[in-house]
Amino acid sequence: MDKKLEPIVKAVQEKFGATLEEFRDEAHLFVKPEQIVDVLTALHDEHNFELLSALTASDYWPQETPRFHVVYQLTSLAKNLSVQVRVPVNGNNPKVPTTTGVYAVSNWRERELLDMFGIEFEGHPDPRRILMPDDTEGHPLRKDFPLGYEEPQFSFNLEEIDLRKPYAKE
Amino acid sequence: MAQIEEVSIDQFKHLVSERAITGETMLLNMGPQHPSTHGVLRLLLELDGETVINCIPDIGYLHTGIEKNMEAKTYQKAEVMTDRLDYMNTMGNNLAYVMAVEKLVDVDVPVRAQALRVILVELQRIASHLVWLGAFGLDLAAMSVFLYCFRERELILDIFEMVSGQRMMTTYIRPGGLWRDVPVEFEKAVRDFLKIFPKRIDEYEALMTKNPIMMDRLLKIGILDGATALQYGVTGPTLRASGVDWDLRKSRPYMGYEQYDFNVPVRSEGDTFARYIVRIDELRESLKIIEQALNKLPMGPVRSENRKFVPPPRSELGTSMEALIHHFKLWTEGFPAPKASIYSAVESPRGELGVYLEGDGGPKPHRIHMRTPSFDNEILIDEPRKDPSEGS
Repeated sequence: MDKKLEPIVKAVQEKFGATLEEFRDEAHLFVKPEQIVDVLTALHDEHNFELLSALTASDYWPQETPRFHVVYQLTSLAKNLSVQVRVPVNGNNPKVPTTTGVYAVSNWRERELLDMFGIEFEGHPDPRRILMPDDTEGHPLRKDFPLGYEEPQFSFNLEEIDLRKPYAKE
Repeated sequence: MAQIEEVSIDQFKHLVSERAITGETMLLNMGPQHPSTHGVLRLLLELDGETVINCIPDIGYLHTGIEKNMEAKTYQKAEVMTDRLDYMNTMGNNLAYVMAVEKLVDVDVPVRAQALRVILVELQRIASHLVWLGAFGLDLAAMSVFLYCFRERELILDIFEMVSGQRMMTTYIRPGGLWRDVPVEFEKAVRDFLKIFPKRIDEYEALMTKNPIMMDRLLKIGILDGATALQYGVTGPTLRASGVDWDLRKSRPYMGYEQYDFNVPVRSEGDTFARYIVRIDELRESLKIIEQALNKLPMGPVRSENRKFVPPPRSELGTSMEALIHHFKLWTEGFPAPKASIYSAVESPRGELGVYLEGDGGPKPHRIHMRTPSFDNEILIDEPRKDPSEGS
């Protein structure tokens, strides 16, 4: 971990009781879902983390609980530092408060997570799917969502498979 | 009959102004197939006469589930998906992904491979900016600029074909180094390009930069200040045109960028003209980097000697039992990565291209997320509705 990052990490740990994990010089802070807005506000306002570089999630079904981790990757341009904040979220009805008030970029990123993982962001101004069509069932990046495939059509079974295909027909 | 979905205004009620509900303004659908949207983008526009007062983008028409697909492949095989992320920056996407894998499994890269990566990625940056410049000119009805840009881009794609066998889907940069060393003609081809290209940039500038039609349409249009840009996660040339000096090649050097002498073009105006000038200047800076890298290109291997992650050269397979075993294991099973997550980012032509990569102890990624710059840059289209009085 970078020397300049140590006091910032220590401050967040003391204030919010966050746990720290380190891997290859990266600092990962674990906080509770209800604290995330306060943690990001503190990092943004007090410690100059101006840019939310990435907002993503990871699914640990079925091996681990809590099932999801929501990952906030923050960058400070002024100090040239990075820190990652991770929020473990329960798999049953996952909910995290929205951070659109701290970083405006969260808007689309949170819609992406709603779409791909079904994680609900409470208080989001525009909670719609962003990438998949509105009538999609399920959330594609969850581990229990099967990887789809397309049946190869040959001349002998072309029409048979065509009848099963889900596209809009004339 | 094709199924026609009935869409009521309720779905968009929270996105449009009050006047749309009473019918005072008009809602108009634009795209997803429209000549001026460049790619498949749908916009729902709210019009007051001829003024666009609201714009609701609808993206995802080209979503192909690359992240999900990569989770089902080994680290080596998943790399071909990164080429398909974005056809204008294939070498850069390879580099971003490969650097993430190298960081996760901790492999060192030989210096010659690093220098060659820099040359190729900077050539790719020029090619990408040429597509931007060409299409940008085309939108302003400057057809000839488009043709000239694609003429020069072809020279770069020829170099890529020479090194990798493919013009666009290269997969040339591999974990631990490169696929193989560059052919002997490579240096001459790049030097020829370096010789002709500076004059060509002057030609583009003569056609466009001080052209009164351009000035009319670019100066003081679409002003974006630095603080707002950061709020919306905007990076790359767009951020630098808003007066924020942030380039990952300078601030967090990777692949030996610290040894090259180049400037980061920054403009403070934040309008479309500034964004244009920043990119034009970046073309010249990229040339400087390529020239320096080529002048001090070290000799040596282009692949790491770490046989647990990097396949042995073909020549060893006939004579070495160990090499044969490593080759077999790497291509059938893949290499394991630790159960941990990392984030690594590079400066792509459009901004910060970050890769969040998570291993699970096995040969396949548990989770991979691409932080693509255009996704975040595009959100700006969505947001101006907060102040509808301003118009567009």
